[in-house]
Amino acid sequence: MDIKRVENIVANYNRDKTRLMDMLIDIQTEAGYIPAGAIPVIAKQTDTSQAYVEQTVSFYHFFRREPSGKYTVFLNSSVVANMMGRDKVARTFEEEAGCKFGEVTEDGLIGLFDTACIGMSDQEPAALINGKVFTRLTPFRVREIIRNMKKGNSLDELSTSGYGGGKNASELIRAEVRNNVQRQGPVMENDYTPGTVLREKLKHFSPDEVIWEIKLSEIRGRGGAGFPTGLKWEFCRRARGEKKYIFCNADEGEPGTFKDRVLLTEYPELMFEGMTLAAYAVGASEGILYIRYEYKYLENYLKHVLEKMRQQNLLGKNIAGKEGFDFDIRIQYGAGAYVCGEESALLESAEGKRGEPRFKPPFPVEKGYLGYPTVINNVETLCTAVKIMQFGSEWYRSLGTQESRGTKILSISGDCRYPGIYEMEWGYSVNDILDMAGAYDVQAVQVGGPSGSLIGPDEFDRIICYSDLATGGSFIIFNNTRDILKDVVMNFMEFFIEESCGSCVPCRNIPWLLKQKLEKILQGHGVWKDIEDMEEWAGMMRINRCGLGQTAANPVVSSLKNFRALYEEKIQKGKRFDEGFNLEKAVIESCEAVGRTPLI
Amino acid sequence: MNKRKILATTSLAGCFGCHMSFLDIDERILDLIELVEFNKSPIDDIKKFTKECDIGLIEGGVCNSENVEILKEFRKHCKILVSFGECAIMGGLPALRNTIPIEECIREAYLEGPSVSDSNEEGILPNDEELPMLLNKVYPCHEIVKIDYFLPGCPPRADLIWESLYALITEQEIKLPYEVIKYD
Amino acid sequence: MKEFVTITIDDQEIKARPGEYIVDAARRNGIYIPTLCNMSGVKPAGSCRICTVNVNGRLMTSCTTPVAEGMEIETISQEIADFRKTVVELLLIEGNHFCPSCEKSGNCELQALGYRFEVMVPRFPYQFPKRDIDASNPKLIKDHNRCVLCKRCIRTILDEEGHHIFAFRYRGHQLQITIDPEYGMNMTDELAQKAAKNCPVGALLYRGKHGFEIPIGKRKYDKEPIGSDIEKLKKVKIS
Repeated sequence: MDIKRVENIVANYNRDKTRLMDMLIDIQTEAGYIPAGAIPVIAKQTDTSQAYVEQTVSFYHFFRREPSGKYTVFLNSSVVANMMGRDKVARTFEEEAGCKFGEVTEDGLIGLFDTACIGMSDQEPAALINGKVFTRLTPFRVREIIRNMKKGNSLDELSTSGYGGGKNASELIRAEVRNNVQRQGPVMENDYTPGTVLREKLKHFSPDEVIWEIKLSEIRGRGGAGFPTGLKWEFCRRARGEKKYIFCNADEGEPGTFKDRVLLTEYPELMFEGMTLAAYAVGASEGILYIRYEYKYLENYLKHVLEKMRQQNLLGKNIAGKEGFDFDIRIQYGAGAYVCGEESALLESAEGKRGEPRFKPPFPVEKGYLGYPTVINNVETLCTAVKIMQFGSEWYRSLGTQESRGTKILSISGDCRYPGIYEMEWGYSVNDILDMAGAYDVQAVQVGGPSGSLIGPDEFDRIICYSDLATGGSFIIFNNTRDILKDVVMNFMEFFIEESCGSCVPCRNIPWLLKQKLEKILQGHGVWKDIEDMEEWAGMMRINRCGLGQTAANPVVSSLKNFRALYEEKIQKGKRFDEGFNLEKAVIESCEAVGRTPLI
Repeated sequence: MNKRKILATTSLAGCFGCHMSFLDIDERILDLIELVEFNKSPIDDIKKFTKECDIGLIEGGVCNSENVEILKEFRKHCKILVSFGECAIMGGLPALRNTIPIEECIREAYLEGPSVSDSNEEGILPNDEELPMLLNKVYPCHEIVKIDYFLPGCPPRADLIWESLYALITEQEIKLPYEVIKYD
Repeated sequence: MKEFVTITIDDQEIKARPGEYIVDAARRNGIYIPTLCNMSGVKPAGSCRICTVNVNGRLMTSCTTPVAEGMEIETISQEIADFRKTVVELLLIEGNHFCPSCEKSGNCELQALGYRFEVMVPRFPYQFPKRDIDASNPKLIKDHNRCVLCKRCIRTILDEEGHHIFAFRYRGHQLQITIDPEYGMNMTDELAQKAAKNCPVGALLYRGKHGFEIPIGKRKYDKEPIGSDIEKLKKVKIS
């Protein structure tokens, strides 16, 4: 990529350093990596330093610093992918391509890399190849794909298994992805013509009345934290600022979650309308859909939907004929960082920076994107808000339970016959859900993803709701054949180690240390004190800044609480001290170096 | 008066600086002699344990197989084991090699370093079976055996050694003034 | 706006200036809350977490939390003491802190915190990570082995046009500081000295200065614990 081209890309974003992410994504997409030569150019053009640009580039997983292959394969390494046969698939990739994961073939044709959950847990093993999604991979499919790569075929030609269902098959998406909608509820029910709320309802509702209606519905944020949506909108409306922003958080990165992907595919109009509704309520003029890089394959489609909405006057000036109601939405991609799902890290990222969570106060509703009051809502929350306006808060309150109103869309994956999306009223038990998904021989369920809790059969009568088992929607089922410590807890800890932004001292170190402890126990060197240490050390995570940091030890905490026997049976009974030192292993290297036989 | 406590000391991968600092307790050494009897220690040059000891002081980290052996022997024969000095606690300066592959260290020390490149023309590496084997890194003592107390410093201040030792001998709580806890 | 707000720190009522951070209010009143990444008058980073206190029942960093009327703050408890010690211990094992051979020894804030909280040995295993020394800059030596990633250099060292000379690179366990190849090379002496001075540990050393100039016994933290200067304020007030 020549300097001129980089300059052009930077100029496309007005040389504005807060749009650094977009510039880098464009360069990455075009060149396949961020050439070292591009960084001084960007720094100069945006009047920043190279170190400043570099700190953003090096933060994100998908920004490559070296050429990463004409075909760059990112194979998901999440726990569900492993359960569904990732290992064989990965080995086939390596054999057929002729390089290991983390490497590029000598001819530069194929690069193989690991990546965290890509939101396809109901159709694993899955990979992103040059941004395109390939699901339900088998060694056979891998051989076919690599053969086609070697022939120099296009990405579409690699997709021999045809396109998935619903809009996935549309000309603008053309992805193998399946929706697997197993149960539709009121939010996903196709009983609504997009635009109706903006056109019809807003005639009768002032912004304050919209907020009032949302407050009456008692809906809480669907991302996981569960903050009352109406209150958030009200705070933002009251906040003083020259302008205000509406963000839709579509950075669903919690392993095992994929419901936003389905909403983005099938109900984008509803989501964008939700953003517009929020904009009306709080008085915002600009909206940004922050979406994870893994869903880049939806970009053209989503842009098309936005364009269509503009044509229909559902976006733009004087929306739906409402004088002075101007609002438009742009799409902001991330580049591979789980922590950006945390709302303030998301804002940092959208400002072209590292996704390091901010400290609060101030909250985004007071000082958010570029310092302006900002509402950040989850995809599902925004879709639901539209339905609430259409059918009324009274209707919505009739769904769910007393303290958890409405429905929740669950992403169910793992050991069950019917993985996919289930929209459920709050209040069902774990048993109900397992039954519905066709789960069998269940040993454990991870509710709410790795940052949630791992529960065993004695807790399957617990209820999915805010006061008992709150969840952002991830629901991973493990049957009796799974090794909870080795396959599940270890994988989750590796995930958190990889995804920590590194800012806070405990989050940067403790997951790493816990993993070492777990390895020690799995290797048979564990003693009672190791279990005590793990509990104590995990407790230190409470002083981290953000939700990720505070919950990053949860896989250990939760398994120690609910599956303690698994730890206890692996530690050495009666032995009080073992730091895992092994003399034989410790002398091998030096003996080899001087050419002598170890004598022990 | 109670029976005198029995004390053992050793220097593993250390420089004997901690022992020197021990001697820096000056005239208090006369008090000490009243309170303890030395067993295996460079101070009285007893090479092997002849008695079960109350307190063992370990200077130096663990860099080779002999260190491991001696440390384990100390653990076996001492009721209380104390790491004294940075090397015993965290490997100390010898642990500077911990981030360098051992093979590179050996090459530098015997083949390529400026002081050896001319003098070891045959490229002899020390591999006699009598020699202790080097470990892949220098270990803190508490990663090999259980250590009960830690006295930091390079070397630990004489006052720190005295105060702590006196408390251990007389079975009192160790109370340390601010000035004595140092890492250098 | 009110002239002051009343807050309680460990049952002691104090008057704080509206908008000031808890740590500053405490400091002015002779109450020492340990800090490491924090620097008075500089936008806080809230990254080391050592200043965590209990604010109305919630754990908050006192360097990032502004005071509010009626706030009840607890800084003395077994839990808080343990957090403080843990942060020091984590930093000690995370890098390679060979105090005996460090120019900053005796004047190092991390070390001083270790002394103050009587860290005799970290409870965590030493990691001995492989980390590099960057000697490419003409004015500064950057030793990543000793870096505590406090962001002080990032936050305080900018050139006259506001360009960042220091920045983070990578994330999580790989996190490190970099010096900008261009603006770093052209850094003024004054700025380079400021960078070395602001560094709480020995990770940034100014080349124009000899190490080990102050004899042992006369260094900043040889005789008095870190925070003593703050606590003296209180003693003066009482007497």
